[in-house]
Amino acid sequence: MSNATSNIDNSHDRTDIESTEIVAHVVNLKKSFGDIQVLKGISLTLHKGENLAILGRSGSGKSVTIKCMVGLMSADEGEIEVLGYNIRSLSSEKLNELRQQVGFSFQSSALYDSMTVQENLEFPLKRNLKLFDKKKLNYLVKTALQDVGLDGAATKKPAELSGGMKKRIGIARTLILKPKIMLYDEPTAGLDPITSAEINELILNVRKKYNTSSIIITHDISCARQTADKVIALIDGHSKVEATFDELKITKDPELAPFFKY
Amino acid sequence: MKCENIYRFIQNIFRQALSPPFEWREILKQCYAVGNRSFFLVSFTAFLAGVVFTRQSRPSLSSFGAESWLPSLVSQAVIRSLGPLITGLICAGKLGSNIGAELASMKVTEQIDAMEVSGTRPFSYLVVSRVVATTLMMPILVVFADIVALLGSYLTVHSINNTGFELYFNDVSANITYLDIFSSIIKATFFGFAVGLISCYVGYNSQDGTTGVGKAANTAVVISMSFIFIIDLLSLQFTNLFR
Repeated sequence: MSNATSNIDNSHDRTDIESTEIVAHVVNLKKSFGDIQVLKGISLTLHKGENLAILGRSGSGKSVTIKCMVGLMSADEGEIEVLGYNIRSLSSEKLNELRQQVGFSFQSSALYDSMTVQENLEFPLKRNLKLFDKKKLNYLVKTALQDVGLDGAATKKPAELSGGMKKRIGIARTLILKPKIMLYDEPTAGLDPITSAEINELILNVRKKYNTSSIIITHDISCARQTADKVIALIDGHSKVEATFDELKITKDPELAPFFKY
Repeated sequence: MKCENIYRFIQNIFRQALSPPFEWREILKQCYAVGNRSFFLVSFTAFLAGVVFTRQSRPSLSSFGAESWLPSLVSQAVIRSLGPLITGLICAGKLGSNIGAELASMKVTEQIDAMEVSGTRPFSYLVVSRVVATTLMMPILVVFADIVALLGSYLTVHSINNTGFELYFNDVSANITYLDIFSSIIKATFFGFAVGLISCYVGYNSQDGTTGVGKAANTAVVISMSFIFIIDLLSLQFTNLFR
């Protein structure tokens, strides 16, 4: 493990979250693709201010879970409640209203490649808030870029950015709408350990500055260790266990123990 | 392609195109892009079509001693069929592949999902604006193509017979009816709608990763071109009812 990774001490950021306010609640979520049932009954609860990591092997349905939570995929069964909205029975207007309060950071960053970084960040402001005042736009974009440590990248096109920079810009684009919940889909996938550690630190800083609650989808043990207050392991389509990272680390469960071996 | 999905797609286009908030900025941007992308190619092919059609028709008419009918023949052929058809096919190729590939690559790189998830109504922004732009711009391009093709025809006739501009175009206007012009514009509107709809549909619903991008571009062009001919045939049948 790199020095940068091990140097991060997030214990002071894990602000003994004992908030009872639930911001997202999923019960017995099921989802199939054709004959293959990917999610066989996922349940989770996200409290206000909490960072919850969902750990699981590739193809275990981690991303599907959060995509169902924002209505990008429709669940077959189960209940999903996010910020008081019942996702499965929302009209498209209400769903849009909710989506503006939930930030989603994609695994691929999903930056609009025909636009510059500045335009990428302005896009949700112009579309959602009908904000066209150039001065205000510039200020908000600059602030969001500063928050992710990339204030000089505004004029660049996504193709000119590295993987880590793209992730940061992707996060900045979601932060610009000041979301209440952040959903990170594999935030450190494909990044070197040093950049991964920087992204992990950014996730913690985002929580501190924007007061967000987050779900972090990952198969990266160090990401879960550094960022999560609570970890849910997804095994064979079920949410197997919910515990702190340290509790999970010493588990003797034959399905969970291999995660902490590597 | 499922008929039910296409029906829902069309329904969505009309619903979002006719209800606020309207995408004026994006529609204008797309109109400019559509016109700008096709303008040169449409002009070039229309001009050549006018020249070639005139040169090929002239000997046949001469052999019947009916060379003076040339402006009449060319103008009717250009305005009723050649102009809209050339423009439609050029746009199906140029815009169809462009829109299909652009939307498909946005789909596979999750850019459309990113718009969706931030509540920015990507369907309205990406699909409605493009369909409206192709529908509005195609008739304009067709009118332009007709004029350029007739100009090409005139220059050909002039180079052979030294026919005057006024004489040629007087002959053209005497043989063109409002029905010809009106049906040509309506037909072009349907061409534009078909090209925009098909390209957006295959691009927006693209699957299979990067392979899907190429497939979407290809499908958009092939189906759009087929529909151009189908619409042309239907339009001919319908217009003949009024002749």
